[in-house]
Amino acid sequence: MSEGSSKEPQKTPMVYICGECHNENEIRPRDPIRCRECGYRIMYKKRTKKLVVFDAR
Amino acid sequence: MTMESPLAEQKPRIVLQEYKLAQTAPIAKDHFTVKSFKKSFKIVIIRNEQNEMEFDMIGIHPFLVNAFRRLILSDVPTMSIEKVYISNNTSVIQDEVLAHRLGLVPLKADPRLFDYKEDASAESNENDSLEFELKIKCTYNKEANKKDSSRAEDMYKNNNVYSRHIKWLPVGNQKERFKESEVGPIDDNILLAKMRPGHELDLKLVAVKGCGRDHAKFSPVATVFYRLLPDVKLTRPVEGEAALRLQSCFSPGVIGIRHEKDGKRVAYVDNARYDTCSRNAFRHDDIKDAVVATKIPDHFVFTIESVGALRPDVIFTEAITILKNKCAALLEELESTG
Repeated sequence: MSEGSSKEPQKTPMVYICGECHNENEIRPRDPIRCRECGYRIMYKKRTKKLVVFDAR
Repeated sequence: MTMESPLAEQKPRIVLQEYKLAQTAPIAKDHFTVKSFKKSFKIVIIRNEQNEMEFDMIGIHPFLVNAFRRLILSDVPTMSIEKVYISNNTSVIQDEVLAHRLGLVPLKADPRLFDYKEDASAESNENDSLEFELKIKCTYNKEANKKDSSRAEDMYKNNNVYSRHIKWLPVGNQKERFKESEVGPIDDNILLAKMRPGHELDLKLVAVKGCGRDHAKFSPVATVFYRLLPDVKLTRPVEGEAALRLQSCFSPGVIGIRHEKDGKRVAYVDNARYDTCSRNAFRHDDIKDAVVATKIPDHFVFTIESVGALRPDVIFTEAITILKNKCAALLEELESTG
């Protein structure tokens, strides 16, 4: 789970979404993985910002 | 047979018998010629409304009527959303499902003012594409929810995404060519997605011109259909309880009941046009001999139900233009191969 943070060169915060209360949490590398609102420990990544194209069929 | 007499003087009919179809006279299978067609053909418009039209084509071969039906279904073009560029979709409906739903939304835009896209992958321009945007975010509705309602409509803002949220983005000179009211979804209340606070849609939609043979979303009609004009004749008076029973055997309005001076109720044929030709009268042994239900083989009742992009009468004239062009193309082909 903490693997994702190791790619970041600097200690830039990443935004994760809490699996319990859907709050957006900024988590830095080596921070405890814990929701600031409810203390839940399962976090999800946000959706990619990449543009996806679909055929409307 | 008893049914010969009331029909003898008329054009050939198809007779609905109890277990089979019969003809009063062999239907002439003469060759189609323009001259005879011109002489006998007649169109009678029964009703022509915003989205629905019914008219009679009299003295025409079935092949032509069916050709028009098929042309309307699969060759008359309309505009429809073809590509969906998804920047963000955090709602529960999957990207591809949402894209498919958007494609089926009927669009108001006159397809005659647009070109077909030469190549699906080509860059779109102002003459062949329409662009739309759907940007919407669901939030809590704290201040307005004073009565502490637990209904989703009171608790949240934008929890339902409707087709009216689709916004037109004019490309190039489209702003001058079209009015805001001329472009966009035809129906405002098509539910596209359901959302909860934090969910967001950020989409760009590109609509192109296409025809029904490519995808049903391009079809300009909900349905087009034709049927032969039915006719009902009574061979003898039907009275009293039997008259009411006879009335219930047909569609509403087909059989009327006349009250005679002496208190008798007598059935008469009021309007056979909208009869479903159910042959229910044959279930009653006492009245089945009183009814002759027929169809007129060259009298077609043609109904067009437009989706709304084009008026139904325009759809039909477009179909005729397409048929003409197809014929011209075929003749040209024949001449060139000689």
